[in-house]
Amino acid sequence: MRELKILAVVVFFTLVTYWGVEPFAHSQMHKHVEGHGFTYNGTADTKEAEAGVVKAKESGSKEAEAQAKLEAKKVFWADVEKIAQLQGNAANGEAAFATCLGCHNGSGVNMGGVIPPNLDHAGALYDKNYLIALIKDPAMASNVDHKYEDTMTHPMGSIKTMVTDDQQIADIVAYMQEKMAGEVTSKQAFDEACARCHAMRYAKTTQLGDTPTFKYEKDALAHKIKVIEEQEMVKAYMGKLPPDLSIMVRARSEHFMETFVENPQAQLPGTSMPRVGLSHEGYEKVKAYLEEVGDPSKPAREAIGPWVLLFFVVFTVLAYLWKKSQWKDLH
Amino acid sequence: MGKNVQGRRDFMGMALGGFTALGGLGALYAMKRSWDPLPSVKAAGFTTIDLSAAQENVLNIEKWRGKPIFVLKKSKDMKPDDRDIVIGEDRYHVSIGLCTHLGCIPAYLPDKRKFLCACHGGEFDTSGHQIFGPPPSPLEIPPFKIEGTKLVLGEAGPEFQKMLDAGLTV
Amino acid sequence: MAKFEKANSVNEWLDQRLAVETLKRVLSTEYWIPKDINFLWAMGMVLAATFGVLLISGIFLLMYYKPDANLAFDSVNYVIMSEVGYGWLWRHIHGVGASVVFLIIYIHMFTGIYYGSYKKGRELIWLSGMLLFVAFSAEAFSGYMLPWGQMSYWAGMVITNLFSGGSLEAYGLVEWIRGDYVPGDAFLTRFFMLHVLLIPLVIIGLIVLHFGTLRIPHVNNQEGAEIDFEEAAELYKAGKKKESKVIPFNPVFLSKDVFVMGVYFILFFYLVFYHFNFAMDPVNFDPADGLMTPAHIYPEWYFLWSYEILRPFPKDPGLIAFGIAQAALFFLPFIDRSPNVAPAHKRGLFFVWFWVLIVDMIVLTVLGKLPPEGIFNTLGTVAAVIFLLMGPALIVITKFEKKL
Repeated sequence: MRELKILAVVVFFTLVTYWGVEPFAHSQMHKHVEGHGFTYNGTADTKEAEAGVVKAKESGSKEAEAQAKLEAKKVFWADVEKIAQLQGNAANGEAAFATCLGCHNGSGVNMGGVIPPNLDHAGALYDKNYLIALIKDPAMASNVDHKYEDTMTHPMGSIKTMVTDDQQIADIVAYMQEKMAGEVTSKQAFDEACARCHAMRYAKTTQLGDTPTFKYEKDALAHKIKVIEEQEMVKAYMGKLPPDLSIMVRARSEHFMETFVENPQAQLPGTSMPRVGLSHEGYEKVKAYLEEVGDPSKPAREAIGPWVLLFFVVFTVLAYLWKKSQWKDLH
Repeated sequence: MGKNVQGRRDFMGMALGGFTALGGLGALYAMKRSWDPLPSVKAAGFTTIDLSAAQENVLNIEKWRGKPIFVLKKSKDMKPDDRDIVIGEDRYHVSIGLCTHLGCIPAYLPDKRKFLCACHGGEFDTSGHQIFGPPPSPLEIPPFKIEGTKLVLGEAGPEFQKMLDAGLTV
Repeated sequence: MAKFEKANSVNEWLDQRLAVETLKRVLSTEYWIPKDINFLWAMGMVLAATFGVLLISGIFLLMYYKPDANLAFDSVNYVIMSEVGYGWLWRHIHGVGASVVFLIIYIHMFTGIYYGSYKKGRELIWLSGMLLFVAFSAEAFSGYMLPWGQMSYWAGMVITNLFSGGSLEAYGLVEWIRGDYVPGDAFLTRFFMLHVLLIPLVIIGLIVLHFGTLRIPHVNNQEGAEIDFEEAAELYKAGKKKESKVIPFNPVFLSKDVFVMGVYFILFFYLVFYHFNFAMDPVNFDPADGLMTPAHIYPEWYFLWSYEILRPFPKDPGLIAFGIAQAALFFLPFIDRSPNVAPAHKRGLFFVWFWVLIVDMIVLTVLGKLPPEGIFNTLGTVAAVIFLLMGPALIVITKFEKKL
């Protein structure tokens, strides 16, 4: 039938245009980054270091440094792998964990640029390998060693002198995985993993936590100044103020978010954002919160969508029958 | 035949029209919802006021849901009333400070112990009863809940419920 | 004064005063449309319906939108998207509608070109339609500024800079348009005014004009046949519907339109609920930042072909090419020298010209979004040059076209 043929032509050119300006154009615009399922074994890090070596060779400068960096990465992650094989003892870990509580005490005091994160649900949110790596060498684990001449100068760098025994690392991680793995809400997940650097104004939280309501403007302004001071410290430490995450779920694709959180360097080479080491479940929790705040209409869309479409399908059928009855005796 | 066809045509057209109207109702519902007060407006509908610092015969004006709220601690010589909020020994008159005539804010005259509305001369006593002029009813009492010496406006506590049931306010 | 008698019904009462019966007859039940048409003839009503949907959704957005550089972003992304009941629905409808309306406009335009509906007395239909296209483009652009995200800001920056006129360096004009050195508060509020008042008024006026221009030359048909509408209408009214070549707008033509609209709205609302990112660019969910250009900036898809004509050339020739591209389609009725009103497939070389134009514009559209590197640059230059040659080519082709 002629009309269907015309329709096919229209649909064809529409789809070609759509394909060209959407999937195809975007595939050309953004570099492809492979996700690695929230496992942390240093594959991405060594690959980056290898690329660094190639680049150094091409440019002919700092080749030895690049080579050394590659070696350091390999050794580091091999060590992590070794520790991961050890049987951790949670009871021993509890005693050793006291070291951590010196800073990770939930007091919300900025130390060396950022507030040390609350570890209440660390075992539930973060990957085991990552936790091991973090205690072994925080800068290497979070893949921001390029920021430091000596990884000791990382705000948590001194842990290297406090916890030196591999077994002890395994014990602490075992303790966290056993005792700090309770049920965690999506908001808690976000607060612990992201909120000390990222504000979320649509959820009324800042780097200092939830913003209380103030009766007097003076108190509100005083709080605002405290927030600005904290943000300045974070900014001084990170180089720029990490962005507000209120609607980040709509500003970035799902794939970008995933691969970025897994390894920020993969999407933004040279960024000072540390890898936070979320496990897959931990990431899902954080994502749920980002969606709750940044895309709150999603449940409503999903609930109403099918009904609206059904309405128009029925509408179209009725309209077709009407058209048929109107056109019946015309030909 | 011709007549029959006409009837059938009308039927399909009307079926489609009716069904479209159904969809229109759905759209109207969404539009109505868009006109509703926002959740943030509703959440801001609760205000806590502290009565402990109030002084006798001095009118305090607080704000609740954008309206002025009269808070008057009664002195011993003022007549007690069922509309008073009693906390311990103290009696308070708390009301929405809008004249029940046409919504102006009456002024309090401490010497004369009464409220006078400048717009049309309505007067209320210290319990909010209309005593002169056009106001048809006493000053309204906002929903309140007593929490110690504090009052949560916007929430209906048992004391408010009692006043409501007794027809002392609307 | 006319004589008024006691009316027996509301209808009669109105008829005495407003001539509603005559209006109904003239505008709908005896407004004659050719019978030999296909669903592409419904695009006009589909556009009218989409405009209506944009208007209604826009009204609800307008209730909560704040035209202020400090407040605009959050009023859209927080208040409308999270707080207002069904605010998200209006925004998604408005965003998707603004994008899809251009798809329909393009289909409508190319239908006109294919069937030669701009010729022989129908020139004004084409011209008023092109004015509508320009008005819709301005409406789309001004609306795109309003959420005040990164794309809004940088599109505002780049497009207003076009008015500097290349080497003319008319930066005073650019500042005058913006009301500031960069797009700022003054810029946002004046584009807000344009978007919600001035341009919609112009559009409504143009729609009336566009409908008016159809009245005397009548709607074209699939074969470009000349119809004696009066004779055909008499046949229809006498009940010889099979023999008559025309149908009344209401209800016969309308019933087909409504069916096509139904199909269209299924697609439309599928996009609104499940596939809206193409129309609501994620980059625009980052707030405007005058100190950081996004990694990739590009206009919405419907502007890409003309944007791509600007890109491959040096600044001045680029602007000139861009200007020609904007104006070229206006002249179509006058550079098509052929006397034939017929579908393209009956017009020999014109048929080839038509499909080359379509393919070239799609190629330009896709390249307009791709990063300007390597092979894409070369292809872009070729496609832009082809586009610029299409006008002269049409003159030659149609001059030698045989009369049918």
